[in-house]
Amino acid sequence: MASTSRRYLGKRAGYHAILVLIAVGFLFPFAIMLFTAFKDPQDIFQSPQLLPRTWTVDNFGEAVRSMPYLRYVGNTLVLVVLNMLGTLLSCPLVAYALAKLRWRGRDGVFLSVLATMMLPPQITFIPLYLLWNEVGAVGTFLPLVIPQFLGTGFYIFLLRQFFAGIPDSLREAARIDGASELRIYLQIMLPLAKPALATVAVFQFVATWTDFLLPLIYLNDDSKYTLSIGLYSFFGEHGVQWGPLMAACVFFTAPAVIVFMIMQRYFVRGIAITGMK
Amino acid sequence: MSERRSGILFSSPWLVGLLVLTAGPVLASLYYSFTDFNVFESPEWVGLGNYAKLLGDDRFMTALWNTVYLTVFGVPLMLAFALLVALALNFPVRGQPLYRAIVYLPAIVPIVTATYLWRWMLNAQYGYLNQLLDLLHLPQPNWLDDPLWTKPAVLLVGFWGIGSTAVIYLAALKQVPQQLYEAAAVDGANARKRFWHVTWPAITPVTLFQLIMGIITSLQIFTQPYLLAQQRLNPAAGGPGDSLLTYTMYLYQNAFSFLKMGYASAMAWVLFAVILALTAIVLKTSKRWVHYGLD
Repeated sequence: MASTSRRYLGKRAGYHAILVLIAVGFLFPFAIMLFTAFKDPQDIFQSPQLLPRTWTVDNFGEAVRSMPYLRYVGNTLVLVVLNMLGTLLSCPLVAYALAKLRWRGRDGVFLSVLATMMLPPQITFIPLYLLWNEVGAVGTFLPLVIPQFLGTGFYIFLLRQFFAGIPDSLREAARIDGASELRIYLQIMLPLAKPALATVAVFQFVATWTDFLLPLIYLNDDSKYTLSIGLYSFFGEHGVQWGPLMAACVFFTAPAVIVFMIMQRYFVRGIAITGMK
Repeated sequence: MSERRSGILFSSPWLVGLLVLTAGPVLASLYYSFTDFNVFESPEWVGLGNYAKLLGDDRFMTALWNTVYLTVFGVPLMLAFALLVALALNFPVRGQPLYRAIVYLPAIVPIVTATYLWRWMLNAQYGYLNQLLDLLHLPQPNWLDDPLWTKPAVLLVGFWGIGSTAVIYLAALKQVPQQLYEAAAVDGANARKRFWHVTWPAITPVTLFQLIMGIITSLQIFTQPYLLAQQRLNPAAGGPGDSLLTYTMYLYQNAFSFLKMGYASAMAWVLFAVILALTAIVLKTSKRWVHYGLD
């Protein structure tokens, strides 16, 4: 009896040892980012040492001063808010029509949603750029915002699967009471879909907050830059200012981490749905 | 309003987008790929000229090789690593959600931040990784300047971000019927046998899905190598000896630095063809190793 329980304890200690090792490995780069951000400039380029010799917040001040930090944050936030709004307006509406309404051509439209998910974005990238260029929108936020108001295939697919799981009886009862389709959608279906909407919202938040390629191609003016593009200003002609850069990276990463911690279960659910299909 | 009209009305944002942002551009791209087009003059028809030119383009071949390298080594290694991590996350201990959150955390770090952070850690002189290797008496490669080591550097950034793959594997592991393990234990199967005869067959469908998604993502890889190779005043940088020039990087260079829109469009279609072909091949072989309906 005693030996089994000791063996059990030993096994559990082994489990924890492995997990702690993994956790340390994944957290190590975060530690480097933080410690570098709090180091003195001389300290950074001196003998290897994990912790700062003297802790300083100068890098954070330098990060905010040396690039138009607040403007980049503002631009990024504007894009995040507009994209989330666009996605939450368009995607559930389309998803609901595909899951619950019966109309001719529905299956074809659903197929088109799946097809766009398979299409590599490189195919449409160049004509889209030329299109936005033609209407004079290159250099503005429009090419980054308008598409979200027209729906994203992946989110529509995710929400459609959710709506499909809601029993039809709810809809039929409301119809008998004389509710219009729009009212059924707004007052019954959307509130029921809150968890799925939260999943899509956090995905869109992270996607826009961290997006690099679209701002790189479309935002060619410093006043419109987002954080992902702006960080490059720390790469100077005479080397990289690692301290301020890492401080700016801390600023840039923190909101995503905070949103993740608060909304964790929605992330995990969304990932599980993507993976199990 | 009838259900039918509501259906179309509710879908109208998507239908507009489908027409203007997808269908139109797909056709335009196909057309451009048969033309010489520099934006300033109207496209000039060259037939299959762009496609033929690709074969004789050294930088294209380099970019193709680099991308194949990252995919062939990166995708299987990352899947294996994510599975190992998921197996550990599935240990029956308290604190599972905390460990899971820690593993997932790097996946939500802005990719720009993650790549710059690794650029710092991989710094040959002051970087922490080489100091760590020094402590372990291992060779310290010049990660970002030695063409031999730049691609492993890209893979390292990827390894740090395997969180979502691991979480998907973890969800699959939790769905393996417990009684199968009990039956295997009764038969006296050890841990390794239980893995190969119970766990692995049950998670092969998820592995297939992840393999295909991994291949597609990897063939399109852009941001990490772009940021590792990024140089002031040189938007067409490709790292030392072009060792970081990936397919998509070269495609965007052609389009936006050299304004060869037709050539870049042809590259996009070749990429699509490669993705379709590889997906088809993987699906075909999957009949031999993927097990469905164990439960």
